[in-house]
Amino acid sequence: MSLTRRALLRGGAAAAAAVPVLAACGESEVVTKEVIKEVPVEKIVTQEVIKEVEVERVVTVTVTQPPSESQPLVIYSGRSESLVDPIIQQFRSVSGLDVQVKYAGTPALAATLLEEGDASPADVFFAQDPGGLGAVESMLSPLPQELLDRVPAWARSPEGLWAGISGRARVVVYNTDRLSPADLPDDLWGFTDPSWRGRLGWPPTNASFQTMVTGMRTEWGDARTREWLDAMHANEIGIFPKNTPIVAATGAGELDGGFVNHYYLHRFLAAEGETFAARNYHLPGGGPGSLVMVAGAGILGTAANRPAAEQFVNFLLSTVGQQYFASSTYEYPLVEGVKASRILTPLADINKPAIALADLADLEGTQAMLREAGILP
Amino acid sequence: MVSIARVIRVSAPGGPIGRMGRWTRAPAVIWVPALAVALVLALPLVYLVIRTVGAGDDAWALLFRWRTVMILLRTVALVVTVTAASVAIAVPVAWLTVRSNLPWPRFWSVVAALPLVIPSFVAGLVVQVALGPRGMLQQALEPIFGVTELPPIYGFPGAALTLTLLSYPYVLLPAQSSLRRQDPSFEDASRSLGHGRRATFRRITLPLLGPAVGAGSLLVALYTLTDFGAVSLLRYETFTWAIFVQFESAFNRGLAAALSLVLVGFAAVILAAEALARGRARFHGVGPGVTGEPARVPLGRWMIPAVGFMTALATLALVGPMGVLGYWVVRGVAAGETLVGVGDLVLNSLLVAALAALAAAAASLPVAALVVRYPSRFAWAIERATYTGFALPGIVVAIALVFFAVNLARPLYQTLPLLILAYVVLFFPAMLAAVRSALAQVRPSLEDAARTLGRSPIATLLQVTLPLIWPGIAAGIGLVFLLTMKELPATLILGPIGFRTLATATWSAASEAFFARAAMSALVIVLVSGVPLLLLRLHMGRVPGQDPPPARQ
Repeated sequence: MSLTRRALLRGGAAAAAAVPVLAACGESEVVTKEVIKEVPVEKIVTQEVIKEVEVERVVTVTVTQPPSESQPLVIYSGRSESLVDPIIQQFRSVSGLDVQVKYAGTPALAATLLEEGDASPADVFFAQDPGGLGAVESMLSPLPQELLDRVPAWARSPEGLWAGISGRARVVVYNTDRLSPADLPDDLWGFTDPSWRGRLGWPPTNASFQTMVTGMRTEWGDARTREWLDAMHANEIGIFPKNTPIVAATGAGELDGGFVNHYYLHRFLAAEGETFAARNYHLPGGGPGSLVMVAGAGILGTAANRPAAEQFVNFLLSTVGQQYFASSTYEYPLVEGVKASRILTPLADINKPAIALADLADLEGTQAMLREAGILP
Repeated sequence: MVSIARVIRVSAPGGPIGRMGRWTRAPAVIWVPALAVALVLALPLVYLVIRTVGAGDDAWALLFRWRTVMILLRTVALVVTVTAASVAIAVPVAWLTVRSNLPWPRFWSVVAALPLVIPSFVAGLVVQVALGPRGMLQQALEPIFGVTELPPIYGFPGAALTLTLLSYPYVLLPAQSSLRRQDPSFEDASRSLGHGRRATFRRITLPLLGPAVGAGSLLVALYTLTDFGAVSLLRYETFTWAIFVQFESAFNRGLAAALSLVLVGFAAVILAAEALARGRARFHGVGPGVTGEPARVPLGRWMIPAVGFMTALATLALVGPMGVLGYWVVRGVAAGETLVGVGDLVLNSLLVAALAALAAAAASLPVAALVVRYPSRFAWAIERATYTGFALPGIVVAIALVFFAVNLARPLYQTLPLLILAYVVLFFPAMLAAVRSALAQVRPSLEDAARTLGRSPIATLLQVTLPLIWPGIAAGIGLVFLLTMKELPATLILGPIGFRTLATATWSAASEAFFARAAMSALVIVLVSGVPLLLLRLHMGRVPGQDPPPARQ
C-alpha cells in the first residue's frame, strides 16, 4: 500500500493556479473629466428636529494621466473597505488607473510592510493613525511639498513623510438617559472623582487612546499622567478592545460614558436613528482629552508607481476627497476651505490642546506606563 | 468483569518500535512526504525563533513577570472550561444523531455543526448585544418581568459561553464519524455477555470514542487558546489577547514573537497531555468478521428530552445568533442602509474553502499513515509539529508566511496557492485529527488481506483503505472547509491583492459598526456553509463502508 500514497498526493497537489491580473494600459494624454458628485443626504440636527437637505455639487477635476502606465497602483489600506472604497472607486474612474487595494488592520499591515521590506508591492500606505505610519517611517519617502502644504503643520509628519487626510477628535461619549452635559466635568481630572466608579469605559489597546495618553504625558508630565491613570483604574473603569463596543454599551445604558473618537457615534445614529441614547461631549476645559488626531497616508520609498501614488494622495487632499470624508465618514476635513459636516462640533469650537502630532510619537513610553499601571498586559 | 475494550488494549501487540539509530520503519514513500508536510507546517516556529532572538532583553523582562503568570492562569481556566463543556455537549449530540432513533438525524447533524462557521468576532458581538446586562434579552424581559439589568456577561462567563458554542463542533464531527465507524461486533458481544445498554455504552461505546473525543478536545483547547475575536469583545484577557496587544498597539514584532513562543510551549503541554491520555491502545477489532451498520437505539420516553436538548442547543448556538444578525439586517435596511451584493464573495469563499480542504486532505494522508501504522518517536514528532499553525493566532502565522514567501518564494507572494498553503498550515490538525482516528479504526489485516488476494498497493488504498476511512476524511474536509470560510487574518494579509471573501467583508463592515452589512455577509457565510455540509452528510450516508455489507461468499 506504500506506493499508493505518492500517487494520491501527486493528484491532490495540483491544486490551484493563480490568475495574475495585469493592468490595462492607459493612454498618454491629458484627460479632462467632469464629475457630478452627489453628496449623500446630510442630516442637520437642531434641537432634536431632523431635516433632510439634499446638496448637489459639480466639481471639475483635471487629471494628468501618466504615460503608458502598465503597472497598477497598489494601496495598503488600514482604513476599512466600508469607509474608503467609495472614494477609491471615484479615484479609479477619474484617473483611469488600475488601482489595487489590500485591506487589513493598520497594525497588521504595518507588520506586513516591515516583513516585506524592499520587496513590498505597496506604493501607498493609508493608515488609520499616525502610530501605524510611524512604525514604518523608515520605509516611507517624503511627499511633495505642494501636497504637504495643503494640511496644517500639526497634521503631518515633521519630516514630510506622511500627511494627515482626515481628522478625528477625542470625545467623551455619554448616555443621554442618565446624564446631561451639565453633569459632565470640564476636563479629564473630573472623572477621577469616586462618584464615577464603575460607570465608564476606555479602550487601552486602541491607538487613538494611547495617543491621548501620550498627549497627557507631553502636557502634564509622566508623574501626573500616571496619577490620572491610576485614579481611573482605581475607579474601576471598564476595559474594552476598541471604540465601537464602548459606544454600543453607552447607548444601551450599560456604561454611563467612555473615552472614544468622535465619529463612531454618528455611525450608530445613522444605523439606529436619533433615539440611540448617546451623544458626544467635547471637554470644554481642553487639554489632552480634546486632542484632535489624524488618519494619514504616506508613499513607500520602494513604490514602483510613484507618479500614480502621488496622484492618489493628491486626490485624497483635493476638495472632492476631503468632502467625501466630511460627509461620509463624519471626520474632519483637513484642507482649508472644505467644511465639516454640520452635525459635528466645528473644529474651531473644540478647545484642542497645542500639541503637534510629532510630539505624540512616544507610543512605546506610553505603553510601558500602561503596563506598569496594570492596564495593559 | 473485564470490559472488552480493555481486553483489546491488553492483547494489542504494542511492542517497541524504532530501534536506535533508525527514525522509523515506515517506507520512504510514507515518511518522506510526511516529513515534508511537517517541515512546511512548522515554518512559523522558525520565524518566531528568528524574531525572538532579535527581540532583545526588554522582551525577556516583559515575559518574566507576575502578570504573565496571571494571564497564563486565566487562559488555563478558560481552556479547561471550554474543552470540558464542549465534550459535555458534543458527545450526547453525536450519540443522538448517529446511534439513536432521533427524527431527522441529518438535519440535526448539520444544524449542530454549523455554529463552527460563525466568525468569533461576530459571535462575540452577538453575545454582547443579545445577552449583555442591558442587551436584547433584558429588553425582552423588562416589560414582562421587570428585569432592569442582567448579570454582566463580560469576562469569564461570556468568553466561556461564546467559545463553547463556537467550538463544540470540533468534538462533534470526529465523534460522529467515530460512532459511525465503530465495529458493532463489540457492542453485540457486550450485550450477549449480559451487559445492559447503559453498561455497554459506558464500557464499550465511550472508550472506543476516546481517540475521536480526545482529538476533538485538543482542537477545542487550541482554538480557545488562540482565539482573539471573542475574548477581546467579551473582555477576558488571555495570552493571545496579550500577543495582539503587542501587534495592535506596540508594533513590537519581537515581543509578539516571544509571547507566541510561550503560547506554543503551552500548546505543547496540551498536546502532551492528550498523547498521554490516548496512550498506546488500539481501537480496531482483531478477529475476523464484518463491520456492520450499528443499530439505532430507540429513545422511548427519552425522545422528548432529547428533542428538547437538540432544540435548545440549536436555538442558543445557531438560531439565536442568526436571529440577531437577521434583526440587524432588517433594522439597517429600514434605516435606509444599502446592502451590497455578495455574489463574487460567495464564489471566492467557496473556492478557497474547497481548495484548502482538499489540499489539507491530501497532505494529511501520509502523516496519518505514518502516525497510525508506524508509531515511533519520529512519527510522534512529525505529528506534533503539524500542530504549530493551529496553536498560534492567525495573524502570527500570516506574518510568518509573509517572511518566508518574500524571502524564499517571491513569485508565490500574495497569490492563491500561498493563501491555500496558509490555510493548510492553520487548519491541518483539524483534518489530521479526523483522518487519524478513522485510520486507527481500520484493521491493518484488511489491507493485508487485499494485498494477499492480489490487489496492488494502489488498488488496496483506493478500494479498501480510502472507502473505510472516508467518513473521517469527509469530517476533516468539513472541518477545514468551515474554518476556512471564516478565516480572517491570513486571508487579509496573504490573499491576492483585492481578493475578498465573505469573512473579510463581514470584518470590514463590523469594524466600522456597519452592523447591517456585517450581519448580511455573516448570515451568508452560515447559509452558504450549510449547503456543502448538507451534501457531505447526505453523501456520507451512502459510503460503501457505511452500507450494510453485501451478502457475498
